[in-house]
Amino acid sequence: MKRRQFLVLTGASIGGTIVYSLDRRLSLLSAQEKPQTIRIPLRFLTENEALSLTAAVGRIFPSDESGPGAKEAGVTIFIDRQLAGPWGRDAHRYTHGPFNENAPPEFGYQGKATPREIYRAGLKELAGFDQLTPEEQDKKLEQIEKTPFFALLHKNTIEGMFCDPLHGGNVDMVGWQLVGFPGPRMSYAEDVDKHFGEAFRPKPMSLSELLPGRKLHPSEEGQ
Amino acid sequence: MKRLPSVDVVIIGGGWTGLLMAKELGLRTPLSVVVLERGEKPRSMAALAEGMDELDYFSRTRAQQDCSQETVTLRHNPGESALPIRQLVSFLPGTGVGGSGEHWGAAYPRLQHDMFEMYSRTVERYGVEKLPEGHAIQDWGITWSEIEPYYARMEKLVGVCGKAGNLQGRIIEGGDPFEGPRSTEYPMPPGKTAYICTLFHDAAKGLGYHPFPTSSAINTVAFKNSEGIVRPSCFYCGYCGFYGCMVGAKAHPSNTLLPIIRKQKSVSIRTGSTVRRILRDTSTNSRAKNGKVRGVTYIDATGEEVFQPADLVFLCSWTFDNTRLLLLSGLGDPYDPTMGKGTLGRNLTHQVQVSAQGFFDKPFNRFMGGGTTGTRISDFEGDVFDHSTLDFIRGGSMSGLAGGAQPITAFGVVPLSVKKRWGSEWKKAAIEYYDRVGGAGFTGEHIAYKSNFMDLDPVYKDRFGDPLVRLTIDWNDNERKMVDYMIPKVVELTRAMGAKEIVPPAQVGRYTTTRYQTTHVQGGAIMAGSPDKGVLNPYWQHWQYPNLFVLGASAFPQQGSANPTSTILALTQRTADAVVDRYLKEPGSLV
Repeated sequence: MKRRQFLVLTGASIGGTIVYSLDRRLSLLSAQEKPQTIRIPLRFLTENEALSLTAAVGRIFPSDESGPGAKEAGVTIFIDRQLAGPWGRDAHRYTHGPFNENAPPEFGYQGKATPREIYRAGLKELAGFDQLTPEEQDKKLEQIEKTPFFALLHKNTIEGMFCDPLHGGNVDMVGWQLVGFPGPRMSYAEDVDKHFGEAFRPKPMSLSELLPGRKLHPSEEGQ
Repeated sequence: MKRLPSVDVVIIGGGWTGLLMAKELGLRTPLSVVVLERGEKPRSMAALAEGMDELDYFSRTRAQQDCSQETVTLRHNPGESALPIRQLVSFLPGTGVGGSGEHWGAAYPRLQHDMFEMYSRTVERYGVEKLPEGHAIQDWGITWSEIEPYYARMEKLVGVCGKAGNLQGRIIEGGDPFEGPRSTEYPMPPGKTAYICTLFHDAAKGLGYHPFPTSSAINTVAFKNSEGIVRPSCFYCGYCGFYGCMVGAKAHPSNTLLPIIRKQKSVSIRTGSTVRRILRDTSTNSRAKNGKVRGVTYIDATGEEVFQPADLVFLCSWTFDNTRLLLLSGLGDPYDPTMGKGTLGRNLTHQVQVSAQGFFDKPFNRFMGGGTTGTRISDFEGDVFDHSTLDFIRGGSMSGLAGGAQPITAFGVVPLSVKKRWGSEWKKAAIEYYDRVGGAGFTGEHIAYKSNFMDLDPVYKDRFGDPLVRLTIDWNDNERKMVDYMIPKVVELTRAMGAKEIVPPAQVGRYTTTRYQTTHVQGGAIMAGSPDKGVLNPYWQHWQYPNLFVLGASAFPQQGSANPTSTILALTQRTADAVVDRYLKEPGSLV
């Protein structure tokens, strides 16, 4: 059996924010406090892959003056769970051959490789990525911008930023707060025809807050 | 193969058409009816609330057809090798009891009144030379006055909101003045008006157009339908299209038809049942219009293949599987585009949809809304405007909609000045404009062409080893010229709405599977006034096998700009009446 890998992060390395552990326990880490580390068990990625990936999604959706980014949202954890789940092994994609890797873009992704295989190969190419300077990192990403790996990385980064926290990303609803999305709420019947031209920003609510006590079944934990 | 006890009726597919037919037969006849549904039973309201999850239910299409089990292949023309659509994006058919009707957006416009006679009306007004090269446009074999009572009846069953613009020929201010004459007002008033809809309304009015509120199968007041079922009013939660309604305000087959069916002991629904063939009675002669089918074979929920004999078969899956099952079962003459012969598979159409992206100063709060919150104009519909000096025929509707936006899908739209699609500059602009992007959209007709059709794929198979259906489809000049004409109008509307910067809609290129278009795909088993022009007669009865009916948008000879469900239900009800009132008394051809 494969030795279980962990993503080890120090409080300082993630800039003093909140991360979600796999048992969905919120851990508050603060750079101001004495350095502490958190070990997040990984389901699919190796620690080195997770470090490269964290750096890469951090360049796609950076943490900067316009707000928190992929690192704070836990995009790496989101992607790790997706890859470990049915989506990662293409459980719901049509995977019969023949394959035509050179098909025109109108046909969508026509390759044989599953998301797991694409990530494994793509992250191998990015080995040591977290050790590069931000400029070097951007240059490297520009080189792979046209690959299926980058397309997946980009799509999954946005998903991890804005999915329900149930899936491991959008920790503490940081993504939703960035854009003023209140999450799933049952009714705007009193508001839909008001607030014209003004930002109406109800406090975000996640699915588990909307449905307290309900056992939820995210797709990544299914077959 | 195990042979099950005979039943009177087998219905293949438990979506809108299958369940409407099951309800009618259950209520009005003593026949034993079995509905075979490949998917599962419908989700409960509690489960639908758990489905307010954009990742699982939009991005991962968890409630839709599972491509690992079955998909379709695509090529643009016969010279190209078809490839499978490995992940559905451009259209999203459902699965399970209720089918696509469980996750639709519930837009419920009627078709343009001249759609049913498009060929005759176009030739009459402009001459035959006006018809685009290679077209396959034809009349439906029915007229507006024949379908109108069924539209009206279904609006009362399904529960539809809106504002009439033409009541028995009288034009009503605030409704759609270009719609066909309606016998009755909508059963419910329009929904509440969101900010973007007021901007669209005022812009359209200012430009001299005729805006009206969209009609949809969503309750805007607590509503008791024509069968006595009471459902609540919409809460505008924003989780509408692609989601199931967790309060029951949006009409689903499961909340509108299933409660009645469940009371009928004569109707049973078998889930997990995938039909592989409809069997022909070989002792009959299909050439003489008196062929017969004798039942279906299907894989049951345990994985065993069984034979279910039946006297009457209703094929009610979706556009693709309706055509595919007929092809696999050898029921009809496959269409051959080179010889122009055969009818089965012809007239495949989709729908044109483009939108302008305007960047505004003020936020829209666009997480609110739903299928009821929209404003439309019909000034560029069908043949409402004169095409004499234009190089295309037909048109479509324009609208400003507040359907409810979620961020995985909606994030990332930036002005043209931002070149990158990742990194700090893009992120900053995407956040800044996240709730200030909007504009007018255009939904246009896709006319039928000889070159757009379906047949069986020679290479790719489903999980049982049966060929997938192959789509041969591309956009042609009529769509390109139509959209080129509409783009400046959509941009002008968006500017009048107050946009400071506008990214105009893209021109029509090659048909693509990578962008959501609409789940409105039509044709393949079309209705026609004579057997040389379509597989079905105008009662959706197979010309060669009178005990086989094929229900759904697969019967549309061509597509209107309006969403198809209102027309599908109206014509299904018309078929149900003809079967109950006439066919059962004297089985045989209804025409």
